[in-house]
Amino acid sequence: MSQFSKVTGLVVPIERENVDTDQIIPGRLLARMEPLGPYLFGDWRYNQNGTLNESFVMNEPRYKGASIVVAGKNFGCGSSREHAVWALVANGIRVVISESFGDIFRRNGVFSGLLPIALAEQKVKYLMERSSVETGYHLTVDLEAKTVTDDREVFEFQIGNFDRECFLNGLDQIAWTMQQEDLIAEYEARTSQRIGLAP
Amino acid sequence: MTGGKTMFEKVWTKHVIEQKAGYPALLYIDMHFVHEGPYQAWDGLRSKHRTVRRPDRTIAVADHFAPTANRDLDAAGPVVQSFIRKLSANTKDFGIKLYDIHDARQGIVHVIGPEQGYTQPGMTIVCGDSHTCTHGAFGAFALGIGASEVEHVLTTQCLIIEKPKSMQVHMTGRVPNGVSAKDLALGWIGACGTNVGIGHVVEFTGEPVRALSMDGRMTLCNMAIEAGSRTGMIAPDQTTFDYLEGRTHVPKGKEFERAVSHWESLSTDPAAKFDKYIELDVSEFAPFVTWGTNPAMVAKITDRVPDPSSFADAGMRKAATRALEYMDLKPGTPMEDISIDHVFIGSCTNSRIEDLRAAANVVKGRKTNSNVVAIVVPGSTHVKRMAEAEGIDKVFRDAGFQWRESGCSFCPGAGDDFLMPKSRCASTSNRNFEGRQGAGARTHLVSPEMAAAAAIAGRFADIRSW
Repeated sequence: MSQFSKVTGLVVPIERENVDTDQIIPGRLLARMEPLGPYLFGDWRYNQNGTLNESFVMNEPRYKGASIVVAGKNFGCGSSREHAVWALVANGIRVVISESFGDIFRRNGVFSGLLPIALAEQKVKYLMERSSVETGYHLTVDLEAKTVTDDREVFEFQIGNFDRECFLNGLDQIAWTMQQEDLIAEYEARTSQRIGLAP
Repeated sequence: MTGGKTMFEKVWTKHVIEQKAGYPALLYIDMHFVHEGPYQAWDGLRSKHRTVRRPDRTIAVADHFAPTANRDLDAAGPVVQSFIRKLSANTKDFGIKLYDIHDARQGIVHVIGPEQGYTQPGMTIVCGDSHTCTHGAFGAFALGIGASEVEHVLTTQCLIIEKPKSMQVHMTGRVPNGVSAKDLALGWIGACGTNVGIGHVVEFTGEPVRALSMDGRMTLCNMAIEAGSRTGMIAPDQTTFDYLEGRTHVPKGKEFERAVSHWESLSTDPAAKFDKYIELDVSEFAPFVTWGTNPAMVAKITDRVPDPSSFADAGMRKAATRALEYMDLKPGTPMEDISIDHVFIGSCTNSRIEDLRAAANVVKGRKTNSNVVAIVVPGSTHVKRMAEAEGIDKVFRDAGFQWRESGCSFCPGAGDDFLMPKSRCASTSNRNFEGRQGAGARTHLVSPEMAAAAAIAGRFADIRSW
């Protein structure tokens, strides 16, 4: 779980909507059980003969070292594979900004150190334009202030208290739940007659 | 909160252990289905020296990588062997019941859960797979989760979860001939888009939904995620109770009566309010075929491949242009003119006994087109045996289909079953994303009947005239 309160990073734009997790990490590649980094966007990153696809945005030299992705709406839709988050994180991506996210992908992100920030369409459009036109476009994401800032604009974003604490404090969600052991046991005792699962 | 509760709210409220203001809820999970994919969850348990809190509420099955050509694991590819063996070892280490590839109860997780009577109305259910929403067909709150949450549930039997919003999708009108549950799913997603459900639990209502069998309701709920929804739900009724009665893990006798009484109380109260409401007249629906690279890019069988410039939305124009390039389709091409070289009847969407019967009805007495490789993968070993008892396997085999062992197979294309680049497949699965069934493979989503017809004709065909 990555812990941070502020990230300043180079922005890379992915100018597509509905980027599904099969694109982020194809099933046949995550199944290899190898380190995931090289397989991020595997089918876009490489041509079918294995050579690098120079026209894929993340292969462009000016985006080398990017840590913030700006993408079209519904980013991370589709399959629940958490490998999609892991592959992005393995490539140094710490924040994804979009109008909306696949629900499972967003929750996986909070567990595995990829911060999803939802902003309104016009704001995402602005970030997309600047990052695609300019070289070296950087943003600062401040979790304490809940802002995304460049040299001109300050955009506020919403994030749940718990999710925010996960990133600020590097919270271990499982350990947190285990602290509620008494409540869980009490619930189980109280509801033991409820579910009929015949043996 | 005035006016009564929705079915989702009733199930939610009964399972919240705690919810502090401004924080997500701690939600108890009644049933945890596990497949061989998210093995990292077991590694996590092991490295932290923890155990599974409720082995009695945990069931594992090998499906995503289960070899379907035969069950000889030693002959399978190394990836398949690795995943299947890891699941066997992990479930053994942690004392979890496993339906392995030789077990008569094995199958695709979202087929066997209901089949074995584990899936019941009013439950909270999770699985490390996005199509867990399938179980919502029973009036369960069923969520897809990632590997970290799988570990979380194994350890604590709980989820930390923000309460989703609720959306009602109310279908009206007479369902036309030839329009199956799959077409209802493709039709509503085509009309409303892949984003409409984000953050929402969808409840499907209306006569067309009520008229569906449980297999049909599972198909409809299965595709809820393709509209972006957290999950789908359908209120339990006599159709549900009749399906459940007598199944292995469903209460019997007096306990069953008691359960039914509780299940009947789950329906949405008349005065309950949803956050979003969509009404859809299905009387103009037809058998559908996808043309693009997400399930909303869909057309009626009698329509043509659209011209990207005809879309009002700029994002949609761009996406459609790219999709047609990937799919190698020209605008204006009649859907009925598109030839295919593969047919896959299978997946958690459409591989249950009724799906196989429907497809077999179309195939009976006919032969597959000589250009087509056609494959049937039953949703479970139990479905396979039932189909064989009815002679359905013979119908398919006589027509030239391959009749396989059960598993997820060509749907995720991650194991030994995948397509070569530029293959064009009529598939009864749920996703036509770029590269899903294989790098460069082209997927068209259809109903089982339409897949069967395509196998015979060698191209898409309107089953209403068959």
